[in-house]
Amino acid sequence: MQSSVISMVFTSQNLMRLMGGLLVTARIAFISIAIGSIAGIGFGLLMTSKSKWIKGICRLYLEIFRIIPILVWLYIVYFGITSALNIHLEGELVAMIVFSLWGTAEMGDIVRGALESLPRHQIESGRALGLGFWKLYRYVLIPQAVRRMLPGAINLATRMVKTTSLVVLIGVVEVVKVGQQIIEVSRFQVQTASLWIYGLLFILYFIICYPLSVLSKRLEAKWSN
Amino acid sequence: MSSEEKQPLLEIKDLYKEYDKKMVLNDIQLQINKGEVIVVLGPSGCGKSTLLRCLNGLEPIQGGEIKLRGKSLSGKDVDWQKIRQHIGMVFQNYDLFPNMTVIENILLGPIKVQKRDKNQVLMQAKELLDRVGLLDRIDAYPRQLSGGQKQRIAIVRALCMNPEIMLFDEVTASLDPEMVREVLEVILGLAKQGMTMIIVTHEMAFAQAVADRIVFLDAGNICEIAEPQEFFTDPKTERAKQFLNIFQY
Ligand SMILES: Nc1ncnc2c1ncn2[C@@H]1O[C@H](COP(=O)(O)OP(=O)(O)O)[C@@H](O)[C@H]1O
Ligand SMILES: [Mg+2]
Repeated sequence: MQSSVISMVFTSQNLMRLMGGLLVTARIAFISIAIGSIAGIGFGLLMTSKSKWIKGICRLYLEIFRIIPILVWLYIVYFGITSALNIHLEGELVAMIVFSLWGTAEMGDIVRGALESLPRHQIESGRALGLGFWKLYRYVLIPQAVRRMLPGAINLATRMVKTTSLVVLIGVVEVVKVGQQIIEVSRFQVQTASLWIYGLLFILYFIICYPLSVLSKRLEAKWSN
Repeated sequence: MSSEEKQPLLEIKDLYKEYDKKMVLNDIQLQINKGEVIVVLGPSGCGKSTLLRCLNGLEPIQGGEIKLRGKSLSGKDVDWQKIRQHIGMVFQNYDLFPNMTVIENILLGPIKVQKRDKNQVLMQAKELLDRVGLLDRIDAYPRQLSGGQKQRIAIVRALCMNPEIMLFDEVTASLDPEMVREVLEVILGLAKQGMTMIIVTHEMAFAQAVADRIVFLDAGNICEIAEPQEFFTDPKTERAKQFLNIFQY
């Protein structure tokens, strides 16, 4: 009977475990998004530098993250760097490091694009008022850039949330892994277990990502009234 | 009167400016006394905007010298941020900051750059807004204002820094014709109060009314400097005659 099937899969214990996994997913995603956003603003400013050298190095950093898959990055740091330096890092910490570095690179490029799209006369009228470099960015350019980069930033954040599903491959038990474990155990009694569990995962990811897109819609509406 | 008291407020000597080895301004000589209104005329592309931008350091110059009250503004150790507080500038493009309200736009420079007392600046801002007829728009955002209103606010924003000299670069050029007047009247009012100004404009009647002297610029050179009456009725140079003919039909 259908309802007994559901209760066999979604025992309260299983649900607790899934929530624990979800917490790991959310922790990795949101800490990395926070670090990536703040560092990304600095990185974006560097990318608009007049110096060819600084620009070139920034470009290289960004391209390295675009070309090499995140999974490879996770392996490089988790297996490569830890053994080269002979240290041990928790998988979750490695995930946060890699995701933060990645977030910084992508966020920086979004910030760069937003800053470069600002009309030149905004910079000039700020300078004509005697604003120095930092005040010009702090009061005039960054607030305007933030509005322009919002759609791209939200898109990046949801991509980062979804990509956390890779961290299972460096031994982190996040929500997808917990789901798989539950499926393993209940598969013999309930043949449709994977359907139910993955269906729930679908909803859980939606629950994490949906507030982000609501937030972005709200802010966009507020700024364009 | 001693010679110091008669020294010009702003002095431009042998100014030379180029972009990528292309001459834009050449051999510019001009002295502006306190309270004087200079109108710069000339065909488009002749270097009018560049001249104003050089005067407040938005463009580096490649030769000659600019002096403010006898002090040279050339050289590496010049603090342009300081000097720009004495030289107000309003541009052709609406240059209010769209992320701030009218009053936030106006207070930014006096409070964050000049570190002045907020209440005192607020009082001054309100008085100036009242004078340009926009006190009721004090909390509006730039996107809620018409072009003419934006330019009047931009003028107030520059005035609130208490500049010694104001530069206007075709501030009515992007406006609908019916809004030109309200902006020009504000500038005329400033002239009456004795504000020192350098104005680039294509409004000939306004130029004639407001100017103490007309500077006619052509291809980066000053062709003619004359009193408005003389310039408009009896221009000395062939280039100035041709230029004025375009406007007379
Ligand atoms: N940033 C720039 N780089 C290169 N050339 C420029 C730049 N700005 C202006 N110029 C050139 O300098 C000349 C004078 O321009 P401008 O001062 O804007 O003229 P005006 O304001 O009289 O129309 C023009 O030939 C223009 O093409
Ligand atoms: Mg111009």
